Amino acid sequence: MKKIYGILSIFIVVCVLTAMMSPSFATPFNIERLILRTSLYGIISIGVAFVIITSGIDLSIGSVICLIGCGLPWLLIKMSLPLPVGLLIVIVASVLIGLLHGLLTTKLKLQPFVVTLCGLLMYRGITRGFTGDQTQGFGKLFESLRWIGTGRIAIPGVPLETFGIPVPFFLLLFVTIVASIFLNRTIYGRYLLALGRNEQAARYSGINTDLMIILAYVICAGLAGVGGVLFILDTNSAQPADFGNFYELYAIAAAVLGGCSLRGGQGTIIGVVIGAALMQVLRNMITLVDWIPTHIEYAVIGAVILVGVMADEVVKRVAAARRAAASKG
Amino acid sequence: MSQSSDPSESSTPSSPKDSISPKVLEVCNVSKSFPGVKALKGVSMHLHAGEVLAVIGENGAGKSTLMKILAGVQEHDSGEVLVDGEPVRFKGVEDALAKGIALIHQELNLADNLDVASNIFLGREPLKFGLIDTSAMREASNEYLQKVGLKVNPAQTVSELTIGHQQMVEIAKALSINARVLIMDEPTSSLSQHETEQLFVVIKDLAAKGVAIVYISHRLGEVRELANRVTVLRDGENAGDIVREDINHDRMVKMMVGRDVSQYYALEPRDTGEVALKVDNLVTPQHPKHTLNFEIKAGEIVGVAGLVGAGRTEMLQTVFGITPALSGSIFIGDQQASIQSPRQAIHHGLALVPEDRKQQGLILEMAVRENMSLASLKRDQKKGFLNRSKEQEISRQMVADMKVKTPSEMQEVQYLSGGNQQKVVLGKWLAMHPKVLFLDEPTRGIDVGAKQDIYKLMEKLAEEGVAILFVSSEMEEIIGMSDRALVMHEGCLTGELKREELNEEAVMQLATGATLPSH
Repeated sequence: MKKIYGILSIFIVVCVLTAMMSPSFATPFNIERLILRTSLYGIISIGVAFVIITSGIDLSIGSVICLIGCGLPWLLIKMSLPLPVGLLIVIVASVLIGLLHGLLTTKLKLQPFVVTLCGLLMYRGITRGFTGDQTQGFGKLFESLRWIGTGRIAIPGVPLETFGIPVPFFLLLFVTIVASIFLNRTIYGRYLLALGRNEQAARYSGINTDLMIILAYVICAGLAGVGGVLFILDTNSAQPADFGNFYELYAIAAAVLGGCSLRGGQGTIIGVVIGAALMQVLRNMITLVDWIPTHIEYAVIGAVILVGVMADEVVKRVAAARRAAASKG
Repeated sequence: MSQSSDPSESSTPSSPKDSISPKVLEVCNVSKSFPGVKALKGVSMHLHAGEVLAVIGENGAGKSTLMKILAGVQEHDSGEVLVDGEPVRFKGVEDALAKGIALIHQELNLADNLDVASNIFLGREPLKFGLIDTSAMREASNEYLQKVGLKVNPAQTVSELTIGHQQMVEIAKALSINARVLIMDEPTSSLSQHETEQLFVVIKDLAAKGVAIVYISHRLGEVRELANRVTVLRDGENAGDIVREDINHDRMVKMMVGRDVSQYYALEPRDTGEVALKVDNLVTPQHPKHTLNFEIKAGEIVGVAGLVGAGRTEMLQTVFGITPALSGSIFIGDQQASIQSPRQAIHHGLALVPEDRKQQGLILEMAVRENMSLASLKRDQKKGFLNRSKEQEISRQMVADMKVKTPSEMQEVQYLSGGNQQKVVLGKWLAMHPKVLFLDEPTRGIDVGAKQDIYKLMEKLAEEGVAILFVSSEMEEIIGMSDRALVMHEGCLTGELKREELNEEAVMQLATGATLPSH
């Protein structure tokens, strides 16, 4: 719990500041949108957190979102495939992509940065290819499916028109709980944390590090696929040229803010989700507050991440210096 | 390490007379505290030019803190440090270097991607028109390389050198800044017998030229050979000084530990059982031209001796599945086992305490408890979930049984001393109840007290029927602990010595490639 105090406090502070600076922040509609966007970005951030914990990286998430997000409507509408088949194909595609990344980095010892950078380029390119670069969407079809992305669940006592919890939030909740239990309570989570710190020592202790790393990449691509489906269900319109563009950076930023060091072996799932929420509130703040020009969005976000990570480092050093002296002489 | 030289021979240093040699360095009543711990409580020592002063003490005695103060890495809280009679206070390493005091760390401080010359002149490169004058730099390095007797090309990349040679480069670097005081911290822990002897020649030579040397080591045999004087530290305080004539093993250990330590090793013959491990025509990937054949019985302690590069670590790594064999067979008990990965090795009851405990044996940022359970998580799992109660039980038991000194089981192992870290690695494997335990340099860089603990543990395990195979570069250890010793040379098993035949000369013969006359 101690680990998330930092990011949680920053998050609360930013929320309070934004509420003070703009009356539109604390409205039901805005909060609904915030929860929705946090859920979508939160899910993909949790995915990349697994990879970062193994001291790897996945730059292709945005392009996977493009592939799946444009691919699903294309399969269902342009190719007229039945819904279950379409969903199965996108699930398999995500898993295969994760497998590819995992195998290339473990068996061929390629660097994750390089492998996923190529993925970033290839998957979007492939999508633009088979869609003919045409915008994809469901139009008015598949209403029940779209409800998963756009539906809201009412809180007892509050009319649905005023405020409802977006359905993807429950998906986020589910993924968060499962991921958190996996990471903290299972032996596999312990293996991931260990190998992220020191792969050699983990392997010498009998852990099948290759398998665990591949699993991390499969989880990442899988959750990116889920994200892709949710994003298209929400927006109902995806241009292959830029759908999902830069989303990997938001995901990685959320993971880093949430305590995942790029050196591996660290991180909490809750922290990552708070990190994702913080990113969305920041973007919200830039949009809503008049005197912050929207075109410096990236600069503000970059600065906040830098400050957050710096503060974290300082706190860690102070704690480490104390403990070191306590043990040795 | 060699006991054959007569102390009165001219090759060993004679004590400089106090009245003639000035005190180059003096420490008066120095204290240093860190949050929660008093590392040094009024420690004093002095050093003359041309003297070799050994500083010994258990881990935690304050040796490294004292050395860090002398080298400028830390500042002392109270007391005085005097160089040539004048008080100094070093604010940084540059201050110490400016006064001619250089520290050579146990873990070498070289940029191993650069060449020898660049390392020697790092930060002081000779310039020509603003650019580094590489040829002048290489020429200049030759002078210092000669002084340490190192015949390497100054243009060679440091990472390609053996650890022994790398150490010589560090010494050459210290000489190039005209160091008058060389502080050497456990310099021989990564060196082979041969390289150690070379180092001693260099040290004696430097002392004869007037360089003062502070030598920190746990290897008391070396201290006996090199030192003019010994200063003993215990729990942050002076525990005594010994002059050359009075240096002996027992006295040193007694002062370090504060209690009578009668025997270093036990020497009772052991009962052995069935063959626990048999290796048949095994070919390692690193030495494909040789085959290995040997067997170890349950309850036996077999040492593996050899020079650095003999292939001992490679052999252990092959049998343990880290670098699987190219051909040949391994038998555990009487069953043939296919070992292609550490997982499979563990499954068959093998365990390996690796040479490099920080890189290969421990997850430094994880707690004692988490390191202890790392190998046994799978066995103790509850349907995929961590078995926290079992983990706690194992950790508590191991910490108690092996007397691991740690403030708590949740302390990160990186903050433990070397000896305690090694105990954690051992604890991890003992929790698996292995049939065969491999130990690669088990007591490297560890203090006397912890070493004894580990030897006692090895014996206890052997009594319980575990077959133990240990690699060591310490002759005393091989001779003292082994029921039998295997000797390797350049990837080949050159011979086997029974306890009665075990002596330094026999081991050295086999280790250098000679074969003994058939016996």
